[in-house]
Amino acid sequence: MNAKLQVRVTEVEALNPLIKRFRFVPRDGGLLPAFSGGAHVVVEMEDHGTRRMNPYSLSSDPEDRTGYEVTVRRDDAGRGGSLYMHNHVAVGTEMVISHPVNLFPLDGRAKKHLFLAGGIGITPFKAMIHQLGHIGAKWELHYASRNPGLCAYGDLLRGPVQFYYDDDKSFIPLKDLLARQPLGTHVYCCGPKGMLAWVRATAAELGLAEHAVHFEEFTAPQPGAPFDVDLVRSGRRIHVPAHQSLLEAMEAAGVDAPYLCRGGACGQCECDVVTLDGQIDHRDHWLAPTDHKTKIMPCVSRFAGRALAIDR
Amino acid sequence: MLDLKPDFGSFFKDETFTGDFTFANSPQSVRRFPFPFDRDDYMYSVNIEPHVSTRPGSVFEHAFDIDEHYVSEMRDRARVLARDPLRCQSLPHMELAGWDLLELLMESLARDYPQWFTLTRSGNDWHWVNKPLGIDQRFTFLDASSLPYGPMEYITRQVQGDFTLQDERDQNLWVDAGMVTTQADWSLDFDIGMNFFEWHAPVPLAHEKGIFERALKFLLRLQHGAPVRRFNWTMTVNPLLDTAPETYPEWGAMRTTVTPQNVGEKLHLRVELQSLFRLPRSNAIAFSIRAYLGRFDDLVTVPKWGRRLHRVVRDVHPDLAAYKGFLRNRDAMTDWLSHHDDGAPTSPGIWPD
Amino acid sequence: MKDATMSLPPSILSRPVYGVLAPRPGLAHLVIADGAGAGAVADLFAADPGIAGRAHVLYTPGPDGGDDWAVIEALGAAQAQRAASVPTLLFRLARVLLDAKAGTQCYLAGSEGLIGQAERDLMAQGVPHQDIQKEHRGSTVRRVQCVHCKGITEAVRTDPFVCSHCGLSLYVRDHYSRRLAAFQGVCIDAEEPGNIPPAVEKFA
Repeated sequence: MNAKLQVRVTEVEALNPLIKRFRFVPRDGGLLPAFSGGAHVVVEMEDHGTRRMNPYSLSSDPEDRTGYEVTVRRDDAGRGGSLYMHNHVAVGTEMVISHPVNLFPLDGRAKKHLFLAGGIGITPFKAMIHQLGHIGAKWELHYASRNPGLCAYGDLLRGPVQFYYDDDKSFIPLKDLLARQPLGTHVYCCGPKGMLAWVRATAAELGLAEHAVHFEEFTAPQPGAPFDVDLVRSGRRIHVPAHQSLLEAMEAAGVDAPYLCRGGACGQCECDVVTLDGQIDHRDHWLAPTDHKTKIMPCVSRFAGRALAIDR
Repeated sequence: MLDLKPDFGSFFKDETFTGDFTFANSPQSVRRFPFPFDRDDYMYSVNIEPHVSTRPGSVFEHAFDIDEHYVSEMRDRARVLARDPLRCQSLPHMELAGWDLLELLMESLARDYPQWFTLTRSGNDWHWVNKPLGIDQRFTFLDASSLPYGPMEYITRQVQGDFTLQDERDQNLWVDAGMVTTQADWSLDFDIGMNFFEWHAPVPLAHEKGIFERALKFLLRLQHGAPVRRFNWTMTVNPLLDTAPETYPEWGAMRTTVTPQNVGEKLHLRVELQSLFRLPRSNAIAFSIRAYLGRFDDLVTVPKWGRRLHRVVRDVHPDLAAYKGFLRNRDAMTDWLSHHDDGAPTSPGIWPD
Repeated sequence: MKDATMSLPPSILSRPVYGVLAPRPGLAHLVIADGAGAGAVADLFAADPGIAGRAHVLYTPGPDGGDDWAVIEALGAAQAQRAASVPTLLFRLARVLLDAKAGTQCYLAGSEGLIGQAERDLMAQGVPHQDIQKEHRGSTVRRVQCVHCKGITEAVRTDPFVCSHCGLSLYVRDHYSRRLAAFQGVCIDAEEPGNIPPAVEKFA
């Protein structure tokens, strides 16, 4: 059901010791579709026998149809997707990516867009700022990183931008910043978990409208202990190794589930639990606590215990 | 203003959808009519399938079907808009989606019908030629001041079928823009700004069946480059394209003009070929609602359709008959259609045998 | 949210759903009410005495003439104004919204017409409607838009009723537009002109 884009890598740039920028252009020499700020693509990787499909936010100008760019931070403790990008993807590598999908869209009704970025969380905002420039909307960016050396794209961002560096003990003055925003401002936050929780709590405490505060929720799946799952409808039992997600293990076994984000936010790959004897490690942002005994998001969540059977 | 200088040529028909109602389908047009029933009964379902090109010559061949009624339908749209500009509205945040739609329609028409439409681009400098409507326009993409109307209105004055644009927010779709002049009795002016459930609120029986919840979940994962389609249908007395609530006092009484003798000539099956496209820049979803009118007299020339239409009209749930506006005439329609149903079994699928 | 408006009949999905005003944290509290909505405001302030010091209340009598301004006055809100009518209340609201901040909690209480129009104006300033609290109290008369002439008739009590703009007899459809803050009125005798059933008192 999902159309794919066949691309070739034409630029790989180390922005700093941790972060690389990759540029994809269509192999047929044509144009890619324009996209919307905040969109991601799912990048397929053949990692020495393991198929990885990681979502990365697009960070280039949405009107530049000659190529897409993603910006990847190396995660040495992760399952290997970012390591594969950093160590094995080079100029000339041919890759397959999904059409852009947006689970972190701009709200066009906003009187003003306020962006709060932490570290690699700058990537969707870079595309959003390009897009708002084309349509002439009001925005403001507050960008926190460890130090100027790790502040990706810091030199390229122009306009109402404030930088903050942990090493200088300078932090976003969140309470004052949110308190002085005019009614009708939409706030967008992308960064580490702790930053998201801080922004969520502060916005609620100040009385900002819940539907005017947006979070980039999806995150790459993290590794965990291996486990086995029974797929009831397919009549199969599969093994999920430590560095693979349940969704990836299902796909490797030829059992497809619909997906958009592969990061626990979009809700599309939701599976019903048929039998559960043990503990599901719910790592998604989708299921309500009341669903935790009856459903699982196979893209990120894991299991420990005697038996798990799902309706797939 | 968009100054129409229509050129009917040898293909397009010069006809009306109001007043003297000279609309008629040619024999070829009857054969390609999108008969919506694939079986002998009807109930709502999430009947969505990929909108891919199939059956050359059919309404499924191209992303947007241009047929012999094109020029006259566009003239009818201009007439409706001149009387009531509220039929085309776009909330302020939807202009970008309008550009997406303009790009989609211009690219599709120029690709599929090069004899009628050409699009030449150099960066954001675009040149659009629409020969049947006599339009030759140079403009700057993403600059609304370079067109005589907003981008959605500009292009949908030149494409058959109604269009709505849905903004995606909060895991829902909001109908925040539209061009609606060939509708089955719903008001854009009233419904604009509603979410997917609110907009469909008046539809009977479907909410209880969970139809809209499943349809919404499906549409939220609609991806760029993978459009989908479905059918909807209703009945109209006389080939009136614009059955709007706004003008109901003008056309409502036509429903009382049906007699056992004139059913075949008066009654039209109105089929909507609905197709949905994810738009790239705005992340909105474009909804094309293309109406085809089929006179009963013409439809029963295909024996399979005559048999099946009789069985569907006879057996459809009365709440649906009321919602679709033909409860008043249902007995007369069933009676007339029964003369075209010999009771023989029908083959699966929608196409003539 | 718990449904406190037992006087409203169950209806279809475009119909607004009303709850009970509950205190939420906020830098400022904007409270708009008419008629019997004053009772809901009093309950809100009682639930969190901290609200009054940061509250701005705009109040007007209800469509049935009920005026509980004395209840509002006694609440000790930082700011409170009594408007003579809904239009004058909305005129004041427009000024308040000009320099309101994002941390403003919005509470609406009273008749559907007042709640709907205040919600419409708040939405126009970018406040998501899901975050505006609404509690229905008092009159159930409806604000109805004629789908034909687009005129809005206030305080409709009967079904059918006569459009106050074009004079057509309209039935009240259970279909509600948040953007217009109105129900839909459709010509009742379009198919058989003159065949108009007697008006029934449905909304009080």
